[in-house]
Amino acid sequence: MGFWSRPKFTRPRVLSDKGIMGMNRRNIDYIGRYNPRRLYPLVDDKLQTKRIALACGVTVPDLIGTISQQHQVRHLAEMVQEWPGFCIKPAKGSGGKGITVIVRHDRTGYTKPSGAQETIDDLERHVSNILAGLYSLGGKPDVALIEALINFDDSFEGYSFEGVPDTRVIVFKGFPVMAMMRLSTDASDGKANLHQGAVGVGIDIGSGRAIRAVQFDQPVDHHPDTGRQLSELQVPDWETLLQLSASCYEMSGLGYLGTDMVLDKLRGPMLLELNARPGLAIQTANGAGLLPRLRRIEALDSQRMSVAQRVDYAREHFSIAS
Amino acid sequence: MISRKPFYAVVALLFLAGLALSLYRHFTFEVPWLPGEQRQVWSIEAKVEFEATGRPVKASLAIPGTQQGFTLLNEAAASPGYGLSFLERNGGTRAEWTIRRAAGPQELYYRVEMMADPHAEAPVPLQAPVIAPHTNQEPYATAIRQVLNRALERSADGFSLTRELIRELDSQQQNAELLAQYQDKPRLLVEMLNRAGIAARVVKGLELEDGRRRQSLIDLLQVFDDDRVEIIDPETGHPGQRDNLLLWERHSSPVLDLVGGVNSRVTFSMIRQQLPVNVALEQKFEDSNLLNFSIHSLPLEEQALFKGILLIPIGVLVVVLMRILVGLKTSGTFMPVLIAMAFIQTSLATGLIGFLLIVSMGLVIRSWLSHLNLLLVARISAVIIMVIGIISLFSVLAFKLGLTEGLKITFFPMIILSWTIERMSLLWEEEGAKEVLTQGGGSLLVAVLAYLAMNNDLIRHLTFNFLGLQLVVMAAVLLLGNYTGYRLLELRRFQPLARED
Ligand SMILES: Nc1ncnc2c1ncn2[C@@H]1O[C@H](COP(=O)(O)OP(=O)(O)O)[C@@H](O)[C@H]1O
Ligand SMILES: [Mg+2]
Repeated sequence: MGFWSRPKFTRPRVLSDKGIMGMNRRNIDYIGRYNPRRLYPLVDDKLQTKRIALACGVTVPDLIGTISQQHQVRHLAEMVQEWPGFCIKPAKGSGGKGITVIVRHDRTGYTKPSGAQETIDDLERHVSNILAGLYSLGGKPDVALIEALINFDDSFEGYSFEGVPDTRVIVFKGFPVMAMMRLSTDASDGKANLHQGAVGVGIDIGSGRAIRAVQFDQPVDHHPDTGRQLSELQVPDWETLLQLSASCYEMSGLGYLGTDMVLDKLRGPMLLELNARPGLAIQTANGAGLLPRLRRIEALDSQRMSVAQRVDYAREHFSIAS
Repeated sequence: MISRKPFYAVVALLFLAGLALSLYRHFTFEVPWLPGEQRQVWSIEAKVEFEATGRPVKASLAIPGTQQGFTLLNEAAASPGYGLSFLERNGGTRAEWTIRRAAGPQELYYRVEMMADPHAEAPVPLQAPVIAPHTNQEPYATAIRQVLNRALERSADGFSLTRELIRELDSQQQNAELLAQYQDKPRLLVEMLNRAGIAARVVKGLELEDGRRRQSLIDLLQVFDDDRVEIIDPETGHPGQRDNLLLWERHSSPVLDLVGGVNSRVTFSMIRQQLPVNVALEQKFEDSNLLNFSIHSLPLEEQALFKGILLIPIGVLVVVLMRILVGLKTSGTFMPVLIAMAFIQTSLATGLIGFLLIVSMGLVIRSWLSHLNLLLVARISAVIIMVIGIISLFSVLAFKLGLTEGLKITFFPMIILSWTIERMSLLWEEEGAKEVLTQGGGSLLVAVLAYLAMNNDLIRHLTFNFLGLQLVVMAAVLLLGNYTGYRLLELRRFQPLARED
């Protein structure tokens, strides 16, 4: 008993009572069961995701170009010349690895969100690394995507530090079950991936308002860099964003899905990427377990429900702010 | 929802099959569950000496076989110029030397290795000798009757009768002296027992004691009563076969039959060896290879190889446990197993120091390489060459300093080390030193645990001797692959969630 009574650990009972989903259960009962392996390439390759999204009329960030051969690397500077800001990412990367965001560039160099300067040589080397498969699963050769910079919506001013905040929605069988906003921080270097130090803010499915926030799995009240009160956060255009996420189910065919959405100043909600193995930190950010919601949907006969119906159902049943 | 029943059936089947195979090996081939068990093996040499008379010589020596308490492992005979054959004669085996012409002193040797073996039994059950009718002349007949009658009154069966007879001969001085002129004691006892309707015979035994030389055989009584047989010492009357008493000749035949020689003598010398149980058993079951499906039937070199290979599932099991039940992160899923295998070659302390030295030096040099703006393949290759360089440097350095332990550093899998260095250095650039420490530390911790498991004497013994356990490990891995509960580290990770309300 001595072990469990140490304050740093909790008992499995407490977690299962709250319906917290662990990694093993996620892998076996949800990913293993609802995500057919053959569909993984659609989401593991960002280029393919973009393709199917465009085919389904889902907005995505503009693609400036791709680099798939070493000899094309020289053309990088030329490629991005016309664009004020851009983002280089490995098509098969994950967890924010290998993503470099450049907010502006001029003759002196390329500026990262933190203000750090990069030379064209740095960027070219980075692209070479991506091509060689440094960031892809199993070290397989990869393709580098050059994407237009997302200009995030003004309503997030002060909530995110030097980076685009994105909204992660877990979509189960087409129902948005839980959502979280990820705010980049100094630590996360312009990317909104939680384990790199971004702040996760649980968002109420019903209203789009903040519930609570965590950084590195520990609760926080204010943004560590901007000092802004996180509980005041409200995602605009919430209904559209949820519908966009929910429609990713039909688009990808994956039953258990993590959608990364961003809100662009000019173009509204758009899909950044899809995730076949979404992380579990969203539970900590929401202060709630996923299991009760997932089980509710498993028990539901949802075959014939439309996207709008599913979103309505979710907003009604998974809202905590009443 | 798919039924999980077939899955559990397969797991149960694997588990039971593995268990059954192991039990079979334990009970049929006596492979012990615990390592380090040793068996005593007696090396006994019989030396036959005689004077040859210049005519053809035929010397036939009774030799022992597998019997209760002892298993014959192997035997050999040496005697220059003689022809040799082993033959069966009325139940017993004999070594027979022959030569056309010999003169002068001769020495023949027969050597046998007997393993002390509580499970051993004679291959053919003993046959009781027929009871021969005896007619005695006076005054012996009266003396025999007197002793026998007294003993019969005080005994219940053949064995107690034998003991009482010996006691009577001790106490009835006069009769004993008289009868001693008639026959020697063992044969006298057999005769008296026969008179009482008990089958018995005189057998020859050898008392085993380490390092003894020029020993001779002793007479023993083998008494049959119903289905039971007992060996009784005719001098003391003590029953039972002691574990250091080997029956050399068990069929009342002469120990040595010699034609063409005089002044013969058979003496015995013996030494005791402790053999690891598997070596001893291997010799015991040499001929039953088909049944004895085990690694031991392979040539020694392949056995040594397999010893390592069979441990890999244990290392893998440790990794699976650590990842699924504890939730430790490692860089490269099974990299820790490879590191652990290197540790086995180097010993833990040397291995750890070597690993840390190589990786930390590699990281320093790699950080310089990263400024060169190289393509990944070229860079990894450079790191590999660099790792080989570091390893060579350390080996030479260690050798010059007289640290021969340091030479073992060459056992590290260099390609794996190079990838580790590459991954770690990227991790460092991307996510900082902290992540390097957690993932590197996690890998190292798992590697050390896997090493401890794989280097454990008991586990080495079990995996090597009980192939069936591989199936049990397989069943365990399958079961673990089905575990949906929380990981140990998740209990800490989600602890903030449990705190409120
Ligand atoms: N086009 C872009 N403009 C600005 N920031 C971006 C852009 N693309 C990605 N990011 C930042 O990088 C993070 C990770 O990107 P994402 O496409 O989700 O890759 P990953 O699979 O590595 O998570 C996003 O949360 C966002 O903060
Ligand atoms: Mg993402």
